[in-house]
Amino acid sequence: MPVLASLRTGMSGQRRPPADEHTRVEAAAAEAAQPQRRLVLLGAAGEARSLGLIGVLVLLGIVGAVTAPASFLTTSNLVNILTTASVIGVVTVGMTFVIIGGGIDLSVGAMIALASVWSTTLATQSHGLGGMLFSALLVGAGAGLVNGILISYGRLVPFIVTLAMLVSARGLAEQLSNRRSQIVEVPSFADIALTRVLGVPMLVYILAAVCVVGWLVLNRTTFGRRTFAIGGNPEAARLAGIDVKRHTTLLYVLSGLCCGIAAIMLTAQTNTGASTHGQLYELDAIAAVIIGGTLLSGGRGSLVGSLLGVGVFTTITNLFILNNLSTPIQNIAKGAIIVAAVLLQLRSRAASP
Amino acid sequence: MTSPLLAMSGIVKLFPGVRALDGVDLDVRAGEVHCLLGQNGAGKSTLIKVLSGAHQPDAGSIRWDGDDVRLPTPIAAMRLGIASIYQELDLVDGLSVAENVFLGHEHARYGVVRRGDLHAAATKLLHRLGHGEIPARHEVGRLPTAGKQIVSIARALSHDTRLIVMDEPSATLAHDEVANLFRVIRELTASGVAVVYISHRLEEIREIGDRVTVLKDGRTVATGLDAKTTPTPQIVSLMTGRSIEYVFPPRPDPTAGRRAQAPALVLRVDGLARRGEFEDVSFTVHAGEIVGLAGLVGSGRSEILETVYGARKPHAGRVLFNQEPLRPGSVTAAVAAGIGLAPEERKSQALFLQQSIAHNVTAAALPSYSRFGWLDRVRELADAGRQTRALDLRPADPRRGIRTLSGGNQQKAVVARWLLKDCKLLLLDEPTRGVDIGARAELYGLIRRLADSGVGVLLVSSEVPEVLGLADRVLVLREGRVVHRADARDLAEHDVLDLVMEGTHAI
Repeated sequence: MPVLASLRTGMSGQRRPPADEHTRVEAAAAEAAQPQRRLVLLGAAGEARSLGLIGVLVLLGIVGAVTAPASFLTTSNLVNILTTASVIGVVTVGMTFVIIGGGIDLSVGAMIALASVWSTTLATQSHGLGGMLFSALLVGAGAGLVNGILISYGRLVPFIVTLAMLVSARGLAEQLSNRRSQIVEVPSFADIALTRVLGVPMLVYILAAVCVVGWLVLNRTTFGRRTFAIGGNPEAARLAGIDVKRHTTLLYVLSGLCCGIAAIMLTAQTNTGASTHGQLYELDAIAAVIIGGTLLSGGRGSLVGSLLGVGVFTTITNLFILNNLSTPIQNIAKGAIIVAAVLLQLRSRAASP
Repeated sequence: MTSPLLAMSGIVKLFPGVRALDGVDLDVRAGEVHCLLGQNGAGKSTLIKVLSGAHQPDAGSIRWDGDDVRLPTPIAAMRLGIASIYQELDLVDGLSVAENVFLGHEHARYGVVRRGDLHAAATKLLHRLGHGEIPARHEVGRLPTAGKQIVSIARALSHDTRLIVMDEPSATLAHDEVANLFRVIRELTASGVAVVYISHRLEEIREIGDRVTVLKDGRTVATGLDAKTTPTPQIVSLMTGRSIEYVFPPRPDPTAGRRAQAPALVLRVDGLARRGEFEDVSFTVHAGEIVGLAGLVGSGRSEILETVYGARKPHAGRVLFNQEPLRPGSVTAAVAAGIGLAPEERKSQALFLQQSIAHNVTAAALPSYSRFGWLDRVRELADAGRQTRALDLRPADPRRGIRTLSGGNQQKAVVARWLLKDCKLLLLDEPTRGVDIGARAELYGLIRRLADSGVGVLLVSSEVPEVLGLADRVLVLREGRVVHRADARDLAEHDVLDLVMEGTHAI
């Protein structure tokens, strides 16, 4: 069978070793999956991108060291950058899951506001620290559940559903709080932001914990694998026996839960629950995810990339503040970075087969 | 009428591994309905694509109205007056009928569409087609299929069209709609427009056709046959006996293999029906058996498969798997029970193109590699690697991207997915579509080995020799009904083609 023969030579021609060595290579590769971990750490597809973002961060560090030598490279400033990044970082973890799964969540900022207000009402505060934490997480997850059910079982477009949640969750937050800031009266709650371990605020540890758990779930569990599958090809996922609707719902619950955590952090940081919390966080989170190399169409992405995206944004903000540059210029720069990142993404997609 | 409007001669089109067209001649006169016949894979679609400028031939000449022409782009073909109407109508659902008819060449002045003119012109065209009742302002997405087809024809006529190619236009139409379509075609030909008509239904060809050209293996085997008088056996014999070598694995010896005990019943389908798709379909599949469904597009074959799999919900009837009723309309239940599907559209329905071979292979069996959701990736990769080697998938490295694989190897990956899931019934929908000849033989061997290992296989293919060569038992479907069932050894290719093409007596 000449066609077959040529097929065989054609294939093995790409890889040099002869037949049985070939199989031995494969067997070894299968057994030795461990050494691959270092590469996988940065997300299989996004390695190069992540390295690029680290380069950008280094570059920003050099710019900072040159333009603000006295203040940028101090421990307190670096801790400051990390603390600033912590709340939006947690939101971005949830957003990364949703976007890899082929959706979008515009309601994250509003869910933060709602969870923050709900957990700081007088009634909730009377239950003490536990009640406040629990209600923030539950409200976030509950709002996410509503999003998820409407999207997967109601067959509505994620953009529309989460846009509606953006408007109504903030409206509910305003209604609950009468548009007034609610002071946190439980001292142990405020301690969440005040406590420092080894000189680093608790908030940074919370971000780290959420990131580690998020990374493990995305890259080491069936849940994560199915998220990639559903985002990449929902029809194929369905025909492979995956319960796409249930999974999609869970993705939005996860995003809502992250918003609940972020609400706790933000409320502790400001010592108030307010319906104005978390405004435009959806834009920052989506921008960070995109800069991090996650496809907006789903199916491919990296959590590490998203976090580096948050890092780049936060560092730029920090640099502008240290150099006394205005917020408008800062925003223009951020916009330019988003466009540059997406252009880069298109290029790298065109280059890879 | 003597000099042809279109004369294609010696057309050759090569694809990697396949000579899709290997010397096709076709001449079409103005005002005639020229029927193009041939089995699936004979080259009809490729020929149409060459004619409509979508593919460039590697050799051969095309004469149009006496002049040599080249058709480098679809626009060039359109300018000459060649229009094609495909099965999947390429209309924009959200636009109105008139906007669709004039899409790309709107009546506009300074970029502003003149809606009044547009609607008037569209209405005029629809009247010419005898379908003045279709409102020009109506949104196309809300029209039935037959109406959309008329809009497509109107769009073709909105250019100065002299030849229209219709690719199985009747496959998705009801009987009275077909009669209507024929009336439109007669009016077109009366005004001098030539129609190239593709259909598998001989009865339609008898009714509407003037002359017939038969393709086989990418060659013209007969041309200029009279559509009304050429006897059916002659046409069928021209289409059959394809010279492409199908290498089928031997069937197990029926006396040796099944002596000890009757093989277990895997699947039992009782009176299954879906309105407008298929009716009263009953059959069984035993362990170790390959059952083939033969039929044309629109015969309900893929729909039956998807209903068994739970991707569609039946209106009547039931599906028993291992004697247990399956929850209707639930893919999750079917997969959990041990049914696997290799769907027709591999890329859009089966593969995760952004991921590795390993992730594609293990997609359905993930729970068996996880404890409390935590994946054992080493074992997963090792098992995926073992499967790819067992199926001789190339390249064998399971970490490679699935995107880089050939069609045959991608299909093997889909089969491997279900092997890993340890499925007891495998549904194969057009398993060799887009697979080159060498890899086909391998797939046939693989499917037979699967059956020998005790898996029940339900096979759908539009290639009759494939069904006959591979299956043990064959069900012939026509218009949603089982019209014949027999042992594959007792059926000849021309019998099946006869049954499948006979057409309805309702017209």
